[in-house]
Amino acid sequence: MGFMESVELDSLVEELRNTFESGKTRSFAWRKAQLKSLLKLLEEKEEDIFMALHKDLGKHHVEVFRDEIGVLIKSVNYALDNLKSWMAGKKAYIPLAAFPSSAEIVPEPLGVLLLFSSWNFPIGLSLEPLIGAISAGNAVVLKPSEIAPASSEFLAKNIPLYLDNKSVKVVQGCQKVGEQLLQYKWDKIFFTGSSRVGRIVMSAAAKHLTPVALELGGKCPAIIDSLSSSKDRQAAINRVVGGKWGSCYGQVCIGIDYLFVEEKFVSVVIELLKATIKRFYPKREYMTKIVTKQHFQRLSSLLKDPEVAGSIVYGGSLDSDALFIEPTILVNPPLDSEIMTEEIFGPLLPIITLKNIEDCIGFLRGKPKPLAIYAFTHNENFKKRLIAETSSGSIIFNDAIVQYLCDTIPFGGVGASGFGQYHGKFSFELFSHAKPVLRRNFWTEFTFRYPPWDESKLKFMRLLYRFDYFGLLLLMLGLKR
Amino acid sequence: MEELGQKVSFDSKRAKEMVNELRGSFEEGKTMGYEWRVEQLKAILRMINEREADFMAALHSNLSKPYFESFLHEISLVRASCSLFLKQLKHWMKPVKVPAAITTYPSTAHIVSEPLGVVLVILTWNYSFMLSLEPVIGAIAAGNAVVLKPSEVAPATSAIFAKIFPEYVDNSCIRVVEGAIHETTALLEQRWDKIFYTGNSRVAKIIMTAAAKNLTPVILELGGKSPVVVDPDCDLKIVAKRIVVGKWGCNNGQACVSPDYIITTKSFAPQLVDALKSTLEGFYGKDPQQSKDLSRIVNSEHFGRLTRLLDEDRVYDNVVHGGQRDEKQLFIAPTIVLDAPLDSLIMTEEIFGPLLPITTVNKVEDSFSVIKSRPKPLSAYLFTKNKKLEEKFAMTISAGGILINDTTLQVTNPDLPFGGVGESGFGSYHGKFSFDAFSHKKGVLSRGFGGETPARYPPYTPWKQALLRDLINGSIITLILALLGWPWRE
Repeated sequence: MGFMESVELDSLVEELRNTFESGKTRSFAWRKAQLKSLLKLLEEKEEDIFMALHKDLGKHHVEVFRDEIGVLIKSVNYALDNLKSWMAGKKAYIPLAAFPSSAEIVPEPLGVLLLFSSWNFPIGLSLEPLIGAISAGNAVVLKPSEIAPASSEFLAKNIPLYLDNKSVKVVQGCQKVGEQLLQYKWDKIFFTGSSRVGRIVMSAAAKHLTPVALELGGKCPAIIDSLSSSKDRQAAINRVVGGKWGSCYGQVCIGIDYLFVEEKFVSVVIELLKATIKRFYPKREYMTKIVTKQHFQRLSSLLKDPEVAGSIVYGGSLDSDALFIEPTILVNPPLDSEIMTEEIFGPLLPIITLKNIEDCIGFLRGKPKPLAIYAFTHNENFKKRLIAETSSGSIIFNDAIVQYLCDTIPFGGVGASGFGQYHGKFSFELFSHAKPVLRRNFWTEFTFRYPPWDESKLKFMRLLYRFDYFGLLLLMLGLKR
Repeated sequence: MEELGQKVSFDSKRAKEMVNELRGSFEEGKTMGYEWRVEQLKAILRMINEREADFMAALHSNLSKPYFESFLHEISLVRASCSLFLKQLKHWMKPVKVPAAITTYPSTAHIVSEPLGVVLVILTWNYSFMLSLEPVIGAIAAGNAVVLKPSEVAPATSAIFAKIFPEYVDNSCIRVVEGAIHETTALLEQRWDKIFYTGNSRVAKIIMTAAAKNLTPVILELGGKSPVVVDPDCDLKIVAKRIVVGKWGCNNGQACVSPDYIITTKSFAPQLVDALKSTLEGFYGKDPQQSKDLSRIVNSEHFGRLTRLLDEDRVYDNVVHGGQRDEKQLFIAPTIVLDAPLDSLIMTEEIFGPLLPITTVNKVEDSFSVIKSRPKPLSAYLFTKNKKLEEKFAMTISAGGILINDTTLQVTNPDLPFGGVGESGFGSYHGKFSFDAFSHKKGVLSRGFGGETPARYPPYTPWKQALLRDLINGSIITLILALLGWPWRE
């Protein structure tokens, strides 16, 4: 499916709005049924998903299970387990027994949402926000990335088979279709992708004052402190290699972009990295390919700068026919080179050496805030400093990427890495309006609030106000003129 | 060091310098500590206590706001807010421990609140004191450096802020910039970590478009037509009082949460109109222009806008009370209009003034479809004794906030988020929600080096997939084995 005619899009959006207005998507039963169907889709169509991802990215099916299908199964089950309590809303604290009678926060769906997903985890990044949007009771349009066409086709074909297709629609197409979709008025837009496109999305949303959530990227650093035990060192390096090349071969927003290592420790680290890379990747089939020729060229050109090329200590070979770049390690490329100023999103790993590992804090100050900071260290004081003195979407100690699995901490960026957080309950909240409902009664009256106002009423208020504001109201409770 | 609230032209260059200075202060960590935040909040409290008369005079000068209203709605609310923050801040600043996922076991997880950086708060004119300080208090409590841009439509408060505020707070981190479009544009060209705006949708679009260039998150507190549904099954005398004070007792209708229009049944409307008339007379006397308890219209531009709403053909004929105006005094009498056409300006635009249209329906439930056919308002009010109707209203009407059997009070409860939805805006604040609005909730996940399972790493073999599947499905035995690092070799 290529372009959608605007007439088709018009009627599609109208249908969704009518469905939402009918109230169908609000019921617990509907939401539960959709989530259960999604689970069925993931279980029954596993092979098809493997094939689509292999076609789009050459991704190994174990990686697909680990990073996409498995994670989604976990997320759907988490939503199913918690949906009732999320929908229940909560009572707000009432300072006095009778004023007001009751106060609570009732979550309600926003309406009709637009979700844009990205090409690197085309199933994962489409369905994870969809789980949240459905749990919150919304109608949805999902626009998968055209850079992963087989996955996009998979979604366009299978979502209608499992989910309520009057409430959830998949719209395929290229950039133009995305732009067409942005012309409509949505109740929220969720976007995963690059800052460049993020700006376009937010500017379009501004025309309708539509709230947006932007999941962008950045340069996520990994800080490796000296670790005394060799077992710990190996575990750390395993996690660094997994965090760099293990997920979509570096093409992941929370992937490790570059390393900080103390000067005296760097040769040990490089040797361990080399050995671990060899052990993990005996064959190319375990490495996802670079997604397009365009990205391949972008990555190759990062290495063109002679000073950058000169800093390569491992790898560096390029195969433009297979769109393959070897895992590459560089040491201290110039800090103003593109490889150190732009998000790499590929299998190149620069290492920046420092005299003292804690200097990384000064290095990070003033730089765009990344989606994640990773630190491998036993030093509790250093950990405290990192938490307090750096800013990032999240911060992880002694591992990488796994924060994606944890439903109890919010997932999202800050500053240049975006805004809006999701996963677990945060997804539900992101796609809901937390509506306060205050109930009063007729039998408590504060007559001082009514005009005509005079000095005595004011004096009265001032006198009473010497207690705190709610104390004032407590006293007012007993008074009637 | 530039003069604050100065007469020198404030252009993009000066704006950039100011932001850089504030960013420098922020990077130095000045605003991070609990002590600094408490010091600023205490200073603001001191300012309110010591300069109350100055602020009240300014509010009176802008709008002829009755002193009582200023005290009740602005001064005392901000004071209460400061006190709440001082009491709770330490607790709010603490990291929150959360259960970690079984898939990352063993690990510990926390959520830490951290400031965003340098934030811009653009203020509006109608509650120029309260609406200015409430978000600013939140921003400071959350540890940010702040720039306030008071509204030029309330020049007296703007001037007094620019003069008094710097005398109390830390000027290396908190600034006031006075001005109009030119200054606001210069400010919007800079990169902020968040922009908070209270006002109308037209300007909001400009702000959000400017924010998009830097991917700056925004909070927009806008308005809308807040409806009041009056069920005949109610206590009419009290209803009338609460509507009148919510409408004309709040800046003479110039408040985003003021009741905008009423919906009631055809049969009940005459009684409601009578009750409102007698309440109005009781509050403001036979000649409301003589009453000291009514604010004026803020300026001649808004006066013109309101008279246009009133003088539209099919509207003016339906005035059942009031309608008098005095342009020199910027006075419009409390006016009630019965059954203005639904497509008239007074029924489609936010009124923001002392005109109250009443729309009648056959039965009270029909009011729901009237409300739903319109943009989502900031607030929706219902007066009724019928619990079932109450329930239906709360569950099916979408608005920023719902209040049953009263008006405007939702603003005073710091435990409820205050903000809009749809056309009435997004983002919320008040109390802890202000603190959260200006914070980044950072996830902190901490693992040890034990529990290394080779199953997560390549080379990917079939048994690894089976293992992962079991792990995802929460199989305890698999988990234990994985923790032990089984299998130990490839």
